[in-house]
Amino acid sequence: MSADEHRLRSGRPRGRWSGRVFYAFLLLSLAIGFATLGALLVQVVAEGYKWVDAVLFLEPPSANPKIAGAEPAILATIYLGVLLLAFTIPLGLGTAIYLEEYADRNRWYNRLLEVNIQNLAAVPSIVYGILGLAFLVRGLGLGRVLLAGAMILTLLVLPTVIIAAREAIRGVPDSIRQGAYALGATKWQVVWRQVLPAATPGIATGSILALSRGLGETAPLLLVGALTYVAFNPTPLGEFTALPVQIFQWVARPQDEFRVLAAAGIIVLLGILLTLNAFAIWLRNRYQRRW
Amino acid sequence: MAYVSVNLAERAHELPPRGRREVVFDVDELGVSYSENKALQGVSLEIYRNFVTAFIGPSGCGKSTFIRCFNRMNDLIPSANVEGKILYHGEDLYGSHVDPVEVRKLIGMVFQKPNPFPKSIYDNVAFGPRVLGMDGSLDDRVEKALRQAALWDEVKDRLKAGALSLSGGQQQRLCIARCLAVEPEVLLMDEPASALDPIATTRIEDLMHELKRDYTIIVVTHNMQQAARVADMTAFFTVTRGDEGQRTGILVEYDATSKIFTQPSDKRTEDYVTGRFG
Amino acid sequence: MATREAAAPLRLRAERRRWGEDVVKGVLALCALVSVATTVGIVVALFEPAIEFFRHVSIVDFLTGKNWAPLFEPSSFGVLPLIAGTLLVTACACLVCVPFGLGAAIYLSEYAGAKTRNTLKPMLEILAGVPTVVYGYFALTFVSPLLRDVGLPVGVFSALSAGLVMGVMLLPTVASISEDSMAAVPSDLRDGAYALGSTRLQVSTRIVVPAAISGIIASFVLAISRAVGETMIVLVAAGGQPNWTWNPMEAVQTMTAFIAGTGQGDVPTGSIEYKTIFAVGATLFVMTLVMNLVAIRLVRRYREAYE
Repeated sequence: MSADEHRLRSGRPRGRWSGRVFYAFLLLSLAIGFATLGALLVQVVAEGYKWVDAVLFLEPPSANPKIAGAEPAILATIYLGVLLLAFTIPLGLGTAIYLEEYADRNRWYNRLLEVNIQNLAAVPSIVYGILGLAFLVRGLGLGRVLLAGAMILTLLVLPTVIIAAREAIRGVPDSIRQGAYALGATKWQVVWRQVLPAATPGIATGSILALSRGLGETAPLLLVGALTYVAFNPTPLGEFTALPVQIFQWVARPQDEFRVLAAAGIIVLLGILLTLNAFAIWLRNRYQRRW
Repeated sequence: MAYVSVNLAERAHELPPRGRREVVFDVDELGVSYSENKALQGVSLEIYRNFVTAFIGPSGCGKSTFIRCFNRMNDLIPSANVEGKILYHGEDLYGSHVDPVEVRKLIGMVFQKPNPFPKSIYDNVAFGPRVLGMDGSLDDRVEKALRQAALWDEVKDRLKAGALSLSGGQQQRLCIARCLAVEPEVLLMDEPASALDPIATTRIEDLMHELKRDYTIIVVTHNMQQAARVADMTAFFTVTRGDEGQRTGILVEYDATSKIFTQPSDKRTEDYVTGRFG
Repeated sequence: MATREAAAPLRLRAERRRWGEDVVKGVLALCALVSVATTVGIVVALFEPAIEFFRHVSIVDFLTGKNWAPLFEPSSFGVLPLIAGTLLVTACACLVCVPFGLGAAIYLSEYAGAKTRNTLKPMLEILAGVPTVVYGYFALTFVSPLLRDVGLPVGVFSALSAGLVMGVMLLPTVASISEDSMAAVPSDLRDGAYALGSTRLQVSTRIVVPAAISGIIASFVLAISRAVGETMIVLVAAGGQPNWTWNPMEAVQTMTAFIAGTGQGDVPTGSIEYKTIFAVGATLFVMTLVMNLVAIRLVRRYREAYE
């Protein structure tokens, strides 16, 4: 080896080793996350796949695990999803449009509004449950009904929808608005006919992602009355359960068969969420505009 | 200056004498400030009907700010504050009874970078008539506007195609057609050709010559030769520095284009048009 | 002087007042008020019963008592066991999410190519999207037995098994925010160090991490705040009895688990037991609010520094 090659080789063997150890640690960091995810999926699927069958989908729960199903829970989750979309999209979009297009940033109350939404996004989900318990269930006297659950989930998920909608609206270039104003359009005409159509893909993606988050929530529903043993199908003003709650009830039972049932329920729940998320991402990729 | 003066000398004879010019805008001591910064100050001039009026000057002299006063686009900027007066056919443009939406129906604007809506060619031109509730056949209005903008022959077979599929020059003519569909009286053009190649630029300039028969046109341009080619009247702006170093735009000279370019009254104008600065 | 037309009719007045626009603005503002109402609702819902609670129970006893037995005779309302349970689980979570979240962030920011980063980052987000009840199931049925197999003296329920799983759930939070703040560090800083012959390890740990420190700390604070507020994992896997202990191998009950457990039941409205839900809830809310505000302040600081 020539003298030059000697000089350019890494001169600090200790430095090389610590570099390698560090790199290994970094890879380990990533690995822990993915390994856990993998182990979780394997565990769930291995335990539960045999019990994902017609019984699961069509039978009500029962003390006998062999004939127990999750039909009320699955239906309730679907109903909750529909109600959630119906409530959050107008409210979230309305707030986002107000903040982006109508509100004067210099006013203190508008800035406070923004800070408020940021804070709400970080409040623990169980606090929303307490809110629901105090006002809806006992305060308003709605009782422990599906509608109350939907309303509380709406409030929980709303900050996320607002933030996503604002991003989408902000992404519409200002030149489009200017062009529309210059033609003599009013503010609402500009928003309704130019800004919103252009922002729709982002809004749709954000809403679906928020929906998927909401459907996985358990804690607020527990407080708002999702009973853990409901044997009849849900109606909006009736008592209800939901899939995550049903899973929780099964997990909490000591018998092993209920653990298996829980795993089966989890497979269904993850399936629903995965479908929603994949749809949202497909939407984003298909319709995203490059301005 | 020979390459400029040939056209100018001819055009100098085309302008009607002062007595027979119809005033569309009467600007009186207009100033614009953004928060505390005075961007423009003390501008007074008259804009005449069916003329092409050019605003020229170095960058930062407030010409874009000024042109946006004519259709109240500065209203969209919260920190903008307008003082002084602009009379439109004798009516105060900033009067308390005035609705900016009505103003923009009568005074249209084309922007520096073409900004077609992400819709079809047809829907772009039809947007104005639809939104303003204009009656009559939409198809006829769209065709008429596209013909006026010299774009009809190129797009008549693909009106449903996306506007963004057009070339830069075509998009700008589409934006002009979009404006014309609303049947304004005045067309404001803020550096309409600066983002375009020379051939597209020439087409826009030819269009201006044709359109001025029916419309009053104000154009902002940083290209002196363009002003010399298209404008009947030219206003030269420049930047002054205040005591604390703030830059404020002022109007230096406003006259027939031929005079501005051949016999400017102010030395600053002469320095600019002969290329000594700016 | 140019000629003028005789005063033209006012063309610039709107035909009729555009009341539609005002209606629209009003409706939209009402939508925005929903979020204000939510906050007001949360504050009222928590603090009104909580204040009533503190008329019966001294706040000092509440915050310093080591015995939480609201349903027993005689009842005792020392909330420390619940807080201890929460903090114990949170500490276990931090054992995982702090070092490994930061490690993942350093990898993504300093070592990974753009393509790798764009593939791995969304995949990491999947971890954050798994419902917490699923994590609870995993902690109970996989992690807990695993810890026993490894030889640790844990029971079926323990702070450790819940905490470790929670830590993995929070790993993307730490990684994502830390990575964002490291990405905001201008490359000039790195280039200068590399040009002096530094290794990647040195640049990452001595240049980038210190420069991004406020964002990194913000990510830790946010993760802790989420750990404190998390319910399902602890409800399923940590235990249901309040336990004043610092030993993570034991079963503990957290504040959130207590609220969920009590709130589910048919506790009579207005009773002292009912009000415990709100007293504990108010404590929880204040803790997380303070942490969130600190995190937001820190994030703003790093954004201001580089944008």
